[in-house]
Amino acid sequence: MTETTFGNAAQTVASIQSSYVAQVQRRRLYGGLTLLLFVILMVSGFNVADSRNAGGFWDGLHQIGDYPADVLSEAWEKRADLPALIVKYFPALVETINIAAVSTLIGAMGGLFLSLMGTRGLAKWPRLIPLFRRISDIMRAVPEIVIALVLIFVMGGGPVPAMIAIAIHTAGALGKMFSEVAENADMKPVEGLASTGATWSQRMLLGVLPQVAPNYVSYALLRFEINIRASAILGFVGAGGLGYELRNSMAWGPGRFDEAAAIFILLFGTIVFFDQVSSRYRNRLTEGKGQ
Amino acid sequence: MLQIDMLTKRFGDKTAVDAANISVDKPTMIGIIGRSGAGKSTLLRMVNRLSDATSGKITFDGEEITALRGAAKRDWQSRCAMIFQQFNLVPRMDVVSNVLHGTLNKRSTFATMFNLYPQADIHKAIEILDRLGVAEQAPKRAEALSGGQQQRVAIARALMQDPKIILADEPIASLDPMNAQVVMQSLRRIHEEDGRMVIANLHTLDTARRYCDRVIGMRDGRIVFDGTPAQLTTGVARDIYGAGSDFSEAATSTEIETLDRPEVHLEDA
Repeated sequence: MTETTFGNAAQTVASIQSSYVAQVQRRRLYGGLTLLLFVILMVSGFNVADSRNAGGFWDGLHQIGDYPADVLSEAWEKRADLPALIVKYFPALVETINIAAVSTLIGAMGGLFLSLMGTRGLAKWPRLIPLFRRISDIMRAVPEIVIALVLIFVMGGGPVPAMIAIAIHTAGALGKMFSEVAENADMKPVEGLASTGATWSQRMLLGVLPQVAPNYVSYALLRFEINIRASAILGFVGAGGLGYELRNSMAWGPGRFDEAAAIFILLFGTIVFFDQVSSRYRNRLTEGKGQ
Repeated sequence: MLQIDMLTKRFGDKTAVDAANISVDKPTMIGIIGRSGAGKSTLLRMVNRLSDATSGKITFDGEEITALRGAAKRDWQSRCAMIFQQFNLVPRMDVVSNVLHGTLNKRSTFATMFNLYPQADIHKAIEILDRLGVAEQAPKRAEALSGGQQQRVAIARALMQDPKIILADEPIASLDPMNAQVVMQSLRRIHEEDGRMVIANLHTLDTARRYCDRVIGMRDGRIVFDGTPAQLTTGVARDIYGAGSDFSEAATSTEIETLDRPEVHLEDA
C-alpha cells in the first residue's frame, strides 16, 4: 500500500515542476508590477501634494525645528515657574480626563449595542444588520471636531458638547471593532443556550460576552487613550479642559511659551501614564488569566 | 552524537522535565512515550531550542546546543527539524512554498518577501513531495489538504532543511489510523534511507514498539525507562503510564490490525 503511494512516475514530477515554476514566475511578475505601481503612486502623490503646498516642502523643511526651539528655550529660561504652572493647570487636566472617561463609557455602551445588532449570526433582527452597520459607519465617519463645533454652536462652549461629540465617534469606532471580535466568537455556547430556551439577551449575556469581554475591555481602554488626546484637541474649539488653555497660551505667541510647555508636559505625562496602566491591564486580560 | 545531561525545565514551581539524561551514539529512531504532561513535548522543544532549558545541557557532535544564541541558534534549528502534532504549516500558502520554508535559514528577509527561491530549490521541494507521495498537491493551498497530507507536507519541510535530527512531537496524534501508518512509515524510511536521527513523541505504545529501535519512557518529568522495544514489558508499561492491572496495549492502540487481535501480549513484540 505504501509503495504505491510513494512510487510516482518521474514524468509527472517533471510536469508538476515546470507548471509550478511557471506559476511562480507569473506571481513574481504581478508582484513586481504591484511594487512599481506603489512606487509611482508614492512619488506622484508626493509631488502633487508638494506643488499645491503654499510654502513648498523642501523650502520649509529646515525651519521645522524653529517653533519647538523657541518654546523650549523660553520654557528653559523660566523653568523656575514650571511647577507652579503645572499645579495651576492640573484642574484643566482633570476636566480633560473627565471628558474622555465619560465619553468612553457612554461610547462603549453604544458600541456594544451597535456591535451585537450588526453582527451576522448574533443580531436580534438579522434584516436590520445593514441599518445598524450604516449607523455605526456614519457615527465614525464624522470627525469629533465637526460634531463638537455644531454642538458648541447650538449649546454654547463647555465640556458637555465635547463629551457628546467624542461619545458619538467612540460608539461608531468601537461598534466596528467590537463586531469584528464578536464575528469570531464561538457560536457553540450560544447554540447550547438557545437549546435550553434562553432569550436573545440571555444568550448574549451568557454565551457571547464572557468570550469577548477581554477583547472588548482592551479595545475600550485603547479608545480611552485616544479620547484623552481627542478631548484635549477639542479644547481648541472651545470645549474647555487642557486644550482650551493650550490654545490660549499658544495663540498669545512668545511670552507665554512657559505655560505652553507646562501644558505639554502635563498632556505628555498623562498619556504616557494611561498608556502604561492600560497596556499592563490589557496584557493581564488577554494572557494572564491563569495566574 | 547527541548527549543530554541533567536537562531540567521548570515552569514556576512545576518541574516539566527533571534532570533528563540521554545519550545517543549513532543515528537511531527513538520513541518517547508517557502520559500527556509527562514532559515529552518540553524535552523535544528544548532540543530544538524553541524553549530554553532551566539547567543542564545538550551537546551534539561536541557542540553545546544549549549555549547557542542568535544566528548560531537559528543555524542549529535549521539542522534540527521539527514536526508538530497540528502540522504548523502556513495555511494560506501553497504546499511548495510551505516546503520551501525549510530553506528560510539560508535566505534573507528581502528574498523571502519577493518570493525569490532558486529554481533548484523549487525542483528539490517537489521531488521531496513526490517521495512522500503528495506531489500532485504541490500548487494547492496547505489548508485545502487532509490532515495526513498536511503532515506529509510538514515532513517534506523538515527534509528540505536537510537536518541531522528530525524531532516529531506527536506526529500522528491527530490523524486517523490509516494516515498515521503512512506518516510513521515515512519517518521510518527517512531514518533508514537517509540515516537521519529521528526522535518522536508517541502517545501509543504499539507505534513506539513497531517503528522505533529504542524507547524512552517518561513519567512526571523523569526518564523512567530507556531500552529496546523488547525490554518494554507490560509491567514496565504500566509503570510508565501509572496504570493499574486493567491497562492493556490494545486499549490505546491506533493500529488497524489490533482490531483483529482481541488480546495483545506485550512480551512478544
